Amino acid sequence: MIEANLLGLLNIDSFRHDLIQNIGVAIMSLSVIFVILGLTYFKKWRWLFKEWLSSLDHKKIGIMYIVVAVLMLSKAGFDALIMRTQQALSVGNHHGIVSSSHYQQIFSSHGTTMIFFAAMGLMFGIINLAVPLMIGTRDVAFPWLNSVSFWLFAAGMILLNTSLAIGDFSGAGWLAYPPLSELQYSPTVGVDYWIWSLQIAGVGSLLSGINFIVTILTKRAKGMNLMKMPMFVWSILGSMTLVTFAFPVLTATLALLALDRLIGTHFFTSGGGGNPMMYVNLIWAWGHPEVYILILPAFGIFSEIVATFSRKKLFGYKSMVWAIWAIVILSFTVWLHHFFTMGAGADVNGFFGIMTMIIAIPTGVKIFNWLFTMFRGRITFSAPMIWFIGFILLFSIGGVAGVILAVPPADFQLHNSLFLVAHFHTMIVSGVLFGYFAGIVYWFPKFFGIRLNEKLGKIAAYLWILGFIVAFVPLYALGIMGATRRMDHYSASMGWQPLFIVAGVGVLIIGSGLLAIVAQVAYSIYKHLDYRDKTGDPWDGRTLEWSIPSPAPSYNFSVLPTIKKPDDFWDLKQTNRKVELNYSDISMPKNSYLGLFISAGAFSFGFGVVWHIFWLSIIGLILIFSSIIIRTLDENTEYIITKESLIRDDMKFYGEAK
Amino acid sequence: MDNNLAIKAENSKTYLGFWIYILTDCVVFASLFAVYATLHSNTNGGASAQMLFSMPLALTQTLILLSSSLTSGLAIISALNKNKNKILFWTLATFILGTIFLFLEIREFNHLVAIGDSWRESGFLSSYFVLVGTHGLHIIIGLIWMIVLSFIIIIKGLTIKSMKGLVMFNLFWHFLDIVWIFIFSVVYLMGHMGL
Amino acid sequence: MKFFKIIALISVPLFFIASIVIYVSSHNAQVFNSAGIIASKEKSLILFSLFLSLFVLLPVYIMLIFFSIKYRADNKSSKYSPNFGSSRIVESVWWLIPTILIFILSIVTWQSSHDLDPYKKINSSTKPINIQVVAMDWKWLFIYPEEGIATVNAIYIPKDTPINFELTADAPMNSFWVPQLSGQIYAMPGMNTKLSIMSDKLGVYSGRSANISGEGFAGMLFDVNVVNQSQYNNWVKDTRLSSRVLNNTSYDQLAKPTENVTPFSYSFVSPELYKSILYKYNATDDNMSKAMGM
Repeated sequence: MIEANLLGLLNIDSFRHDLIQNIGVAIMSLSVIFVILGLTYFKKWRWLFKEWLSSLDHKKIGIMYIVVAVLMLSKAGFDALIMRTQQALSVGNHHGIVSSSHYQQIFSSHGTTMIFFAAMGLMFGIINLAVPLMIGTRDVAFPWLNSVSFWLFAAGMILLNTSLAIGDFSGAGWLAYPPLSELQYSPTVGVDYWIWSLQIAGVGSLLSGINFIVTILTKRAKGMNLMKMPMFVWSILGSMTLVTFAFPVLTATLALLALDRLIGTHFFTSGGGGNPMMYVNLIWAWGHPEVYILILPAFGIFSEIVATFSRKKLFGYKSMVWAIWAIVILSFTVWLHHFFTMGAGADVNGFFGIMTMIIAIPTGVKIFNWLFTMFRGRITFSAPMIWFIGFILLFSIGGVAGVILAVPPADFQLHNSLFLVAHFHTMIVSGVLFGYFAGIVYWFPKFFGIRLNEKLGKIAAYLWILGFIVAFVPLYALGIMGATRRMDHYSASMGWQPLFIVAGVGVLIIGSGLLAIVAQVAYSIYKHLDYRDKTGDPWDGRTLEWSIPSPAPSYNFSVLPTIKKPDDFWDLKQTNRKVELNYSDISMPKNSYLGLFISAGAFSFGFGVVWHIFWLSIIGLILIFSSIIIRTLDENTEYIITKESLIRDDMKFYGEAK
Repeated sequence: MDNNLAIKAENSKTYLGFWIYILTDCVVFASLFAVYATLHSNTNGGASAQMLFSMPLALTQTLILLSSSLTSGLAIISALNKNKNKILFWTLATFILGTIFLFLEIREFNHLVAIGDSWRESGFLSSYFVLVGTHGLHIIIGLIWMIVLSFIIIIKGLTIKSMKGLVMFNLFWHFLDIVWIFIFSVVYLMGHMGL
Repeated sequence: MKFFKIIALISVPLFFIASIVIYVSSHNAQVFNSAGIIASKEKSLILFSLFLSLFVLLPVYIMLIFFSIKYRADNKSSKYSPNFGSSRIVESVWWLIPTILIFILSIVTWQSSHDLDPYKKINSSTKPINIQVVAMDWKWLFIYPEEGIATVNAIYIPKDTPINFELTADAPMNSFWVPQLSGQIYAMPGMNTKLSIMSDKLGVYSGRSANISGEGFAGMLFDVNVVNQSQYNNWVKDTRLSSRVLNNTSYDQLAKPTENVTPFSYSFVSPELYKSILYKYNATDDNMSKAMGM
């Protein structure tokens, strides 16, 4: 497969697309040009590189994750809009707005982008922002590694989006089952884009997983033993444990598929002694835990929010911890339920069906515990709480659908149908996304020093809940009517079209919900003088992050806290306990541009492999390795913040607050 | 926090992080072993493990890698005695043994390709080349690591950072040794017995 | 005001969901509109698990609404216990109720998995008919080995007769699904899966591929015609008169990727065709069981 050509498989045809895609390319290029012009006009390039792109500050990295993730959410949201339009129109003699192969690329890219770059990005963003503050430390265990993780994530994201403009994307679905994803049936570079963007981002996630486990285990404030950690931190520990066990499987599996396509091995080919179903097993051995990787942090966020807005201790702390670890362990024992229809035999199907249902138990316990946290509380229905209500209402329905799907013979009828699609969107949207949105609204004041407008926030939440119902209830119904997923066209006699149109309206409502969120942030920033958080504790919070000024200073804590009780900050406020402040000089990590270099290296490597431009890949690898070596040799990686300037900062914030 | 404590905390988190990394790498190898176990009888009408692998060669490779683990352990002992030259000597010995191991592996790969049994021929051969090759790739990274490490020790001396690197390298190298023992048993020994 | 807001918040979605349910029940809800014994058992299984789940769903909804109203911050008359954080009894109940429900459902799951195992042959006094199914790019080939005929994108079966399908693919993986007759099963290259069904109602039931297999996948539609035994016999007779035969040459012709293929039939099929398609990808039973059990 080695090409003699300097540009590998790349040629002028790689840039030719149909109309819809050209519009996409135009929007993407214009936005990039717009950003470049804006940065130049306002002379912000230096600021961008110095303050942000090279930053090792976990808060800035977290914000960059969220910015990228929101962009990807919008992009994949457009994909959803095209899909809904296509399915609303492409009936009988009408053929919709895109071709079948383009439609397949769109839903593949929708799923891939949403899971890997929207959901994972929001998740790592929130973890980066909140975890160090909640455990009372100044940074993560490995700040430089953290920046590398983010930059690998960014490189994967850019590679994925490059496929829009250069070449095509995979049309084999978000998990690219072989043999469809093998060279024989997908000869273009689409699947390679899919493989390498996930591979690069996946390595970043793996490094983040290691980083946060070590951070949580070794960098907690004095006195904070494990059973005094906030529930959010527990759920991150669970989620990151899953990352470290699951992501290596993804890395290995993607590598094997890549080798099949690149050097002609026979791992998953049909024929040649390959075994396509082995891929399905392997990918779900990662894929099922991945679902819990995403949902556990959302559970953690809700645990914090319910307690805070009910002004009451989280109910059943120990139960919650056990539930998390039960979920962590069980999530590795259920992967086969994604392919009951493979014909594995009644014993195997029965076993995995039962294991799947057992996961519903700890999840149910968590829901009851949240409800009982509200019991005898004083509940304020701020925006995060509205997200929570929406979460319980919808997520429970998704859970019921999940339990039904866990019964193998019931799954035979619902698998691959739109019922299944509706089920996992209920889990991922009303579970994961609602949780992350709630978390962002909740923690926003801490990082920007501005509270968000309540009214727009609530409107956003209501729009999302309503839009979700309108978009996905029809899909449950369509599944029952026998509609399968991923169809670019269907016959009019099925009676599906009205429901597809309703679902399309739902997507528009969800879209307006997304706009409401943007409006909420924009309006609050515009009115920042009115919305300033002067106390550092806008919600009367319970955990350590609310004990410091807003926006959180680069060093987080001028004096590292000592913990006596769970929810120590709340206890401190209730009992008027006094804290002694012993200031001393601290050292913080210096900025580093090497993350950016590694990102560039990873992108060149990925792009080179996708297009068989191997000299580019080698340059990429050299860039990566030399950056690592340079970092190893660098002794001068920290700077000192003096005691005096710490005192000055604190005086300034708390002086103003008074 | 006084300086010593800070260094201690720093070390413990680095080691913990490295252990977790090793764990994730174990999962990678576990996946590859699972793949090999699934595919090893899918010979596609071609050569099987029993026909291809020579026990003497695999045994030689095993002995070489085991001795390299010993020499890298000796480097650690020299580090405890703060003997810079001895550290460099044992690291060099480890490097040479590692290189010989890698040479033997590449020679075997070349031989297989030359007699027409490359990774393209069957699921079995694909999984064999990738399992053993991934281990080989780790050996290459280990060799590069040794070069960088020796370089740092020569230039900067026995600093805390370079010693930390030495300890982690040792962990890594022993880990590769253990993986190889598994490869030797599952691929070569069981293959030889026709299991 | 507040009261109306809550009523509106609850009733608008309920009204919406109700109208969707009405729409579905007035159209062909294929999964629930079963015309075969397997499909109807699967339907009751879905409804039973839904029913059982309500024992968790309803308490959750009732508590959520009740607590939200009663313990809202401006209702100062309600009790406030900020430190009420655990109760062994209450938490045990949380663990116990779902555990009991899941235990019941587990027994049902285990039994139904065996009872409705697609590989299990259906007991009947009527002699079963074997049909070999090949998923191709992008159409379905149905071979009737005993009758020596084959069809593309159409199946004829007699009512009240067990049908034993064997399935494979000469294409990427597909999933064979006729919702009104039974749940789906994968058709995979190099592998042989099985499915047994029996229809108890005359009619035409639409079937399709439920798993993406490339560009023409949405057009992989076929009709299952359930007819009387005599009509079936006539159909077999007529089909034998067809001018097309399916041998290696015409198979290669058929195997070329085509989309939205209109049904047609072959009067003769070489008996070893299915096996040769299956073994083209070097399948052995050994590989098969390994892929499943991994």
